[in-house]
Amino acid sequence: MPFIPHTQQDVTEMLDTIGIKSIEALFDEIPANLRIKNLPPILSSLTEMELARFMRERAKQDEGLLCFIGAGAYEHHIPAVVWDVTSRGEFLTAYTPYQAEASQGTLQLLYEYQTMMASLMALDVSNASLYDGASALAEAVLMAVRLHRKNKIHRILIPLSVHPFYRQVVKTIASQQDIELVSVPFDSATGCVSRESLEKIAVNDVTAFVIPQPNFFGALEDVDMLTDWAHAQGAFAIGAVNPLAMSLLKAPGQWGKNGADIACGEGQPLGVPLASGGPYYGFLCCKKDFVRQLPGRIVGRTVDQGGKQGFVLTLQAREQHIRRAKATSNICTNQGLLVTASTIYMSLMGPQGLRRIAAACHHNLQLLQDKLKHVSEAKIIFSAAAFHEIVLRLSKPVEYVLQELAKYNIQGGFNLKKYYPELGECLSVCVTETKTTEDIDLFVTQLNEALITKNNVCVHAQ
Amino acid sequence: MNNIPKTLKYSRTHEWVRQDDEILTVGITDHAQCMLGDLVYVELPEPESSIEMGQECGVVESVKAAADIYSPVSGEIIEINEALLDSPQLVNEDPYGKGWLFRLRPFENKVAGLLTADQYSKQIASEAH
Repeated sequence: MPFIPHTQQDVTEMLDTIGIKSIEALFDEIPANLRIKNLPPILSSLTEMELARFMRERAKQDEGLLCFIGAGAYEHHIPAVVWDVTSRGEFLTAYTPYQAEASQGTLQLLYEYQTMMASLMALDVSNASLYDGASALAEAVLMAVRLHRKNKIHRILIPLSVHPFYRQVVKTIASQQDIELVSVPFDSATGCVSRESLEKIAVNDVTAFVIPQPNFFGALEDVDMLTDWAHAQGAFAIGAVNPLAMSLLKAPGQWGKNGADIACGEGQPLGVPLASGGPYYGFLCCKKDFVRQLPGRIVGRTVDQGGKQGFVLTLQAREQHIRRAKATSNICTNQGLLVTASTIYMSLMGPQGLRRIAAACHHNLQLLQDKLKHVSEAKIIFSAAAFHEIVLRLSKPVEYVLQELAKYNIQGGFNLKKYYPELGECLSVCVTETKTTEDIDLFVTQLNEALITKNNVCVHAQ
Repeated sequence: MNNIPKTLKYSRTHEWVRQDDEILTVGITDHAQCMLGDLVYVELPEPESSIEMGQECGVVESVKAAADIYSPVSGEIIEINEALLDSPQLVNEDPYGKGWLFRLRPFENKVAGLLTADQYSKQIASEAH
């Protein structure tokens, strides 16, 4: 059955109508030197049956493994009802509403999501979501630059303790727009940004300062000090946070004397499965004063002529279909399905439930830290308090240790060497509420085994 | 019928200009506010900044549209109507009075290239067809 609606006859008729000979001729205006002549061949198509089998086999590779990898994507228990409800046709097939007010159910769901997210961040407003955590941070940076437009210089401070992928995405987007990114080092003892590390960079005219919480190493930054420092520089404070952790820790709106101005991050920990890497969604919240520069869709609640409650897309004049080139961003969509799952997840858990899960994660991390005391060849390298993730320095190559753990179906953590070569043989390890005491015991035992066993690979590597 | 005071000058982009000695006051016309509908937000130029004739120097945003404000003359901004930041509806209620946008000191004494009330009135009439 053909899924492409145009027959050869249709195509010929269309080409005749506009007076050209081939589809290829439509691309004539692109300079020849910019065209790729020989694209690598795309694999021949699979049948539906072959494709389903291929995907099942790929998915199986992630099954049955004990996952201690965090580094931006976190395994949490998701109650069955979350995706059972999310998968209903009304939610599953809904796209961003164009005939907005006809979609009251979708709008109400987004409104509830915004309310929960704003309250979790202790800020006034939330948009209806963005693509992922990294692009949400990039949007937060662009937002700060627009709010600071009176300044000719656009300088953003980003600590090296921010997720390296996020820093890459921000660099990709900001570097095209005359925005200078300045890296802030972290203290090698604590793993966090200190007052001294801020003094070291000694720059002025700062537009915004990105404050991670917890940071990429799992460590808790001194957010009050950092927020007040940013404000003392006349800069915006942007929190890049794990939303689940915010149920337990001080939320961005409460940081320092005046609170962070913008908060963003990855929504995945709230009801979205790891799913081999995506799709996830980004969130973005801010103080009310800055709402006109908040990109993306915003749903508002109002009353109709008869006084009945209704939901509307609000502040649309800043979006691209009205404001064209001057829109606050080119994002007019949202990750509706994932936001649906998150909204159901958060409503099931409630503030107490979220706090209990966050506390269970932290409890498990303490258990792990405790048991690691007996592993002499693995050292926790940072002294700052941590949420549910820590960095270990190993006495053997990280790759080797991960391979050894894989033999026991353990995904041992995230290898930091590629992104932080200066740290040496370092592994980031995460434990969420999904890990039992037995799981943690198994991890510690096998880690110890791998580190103390004499073997060729290790000797060779040394 | 739109109110187009004879005493003012107009730009093709629907701004009005009033001259008081060396100072010019700029706003948007009754016709413009009528077309935009209820204003919810006004963004004004930076005081003490210099702007060129025809340069974008602000935004008026209503519930259904956002439009740029173009400076009808070249000059230095000396004052902005801060009341609009909290009460943008003043532009709808009193476009030639309390709803003024900004004041500037023109670079040249003679203000050229603007329309008279009659000319502006004809322009609106032709746009309507």
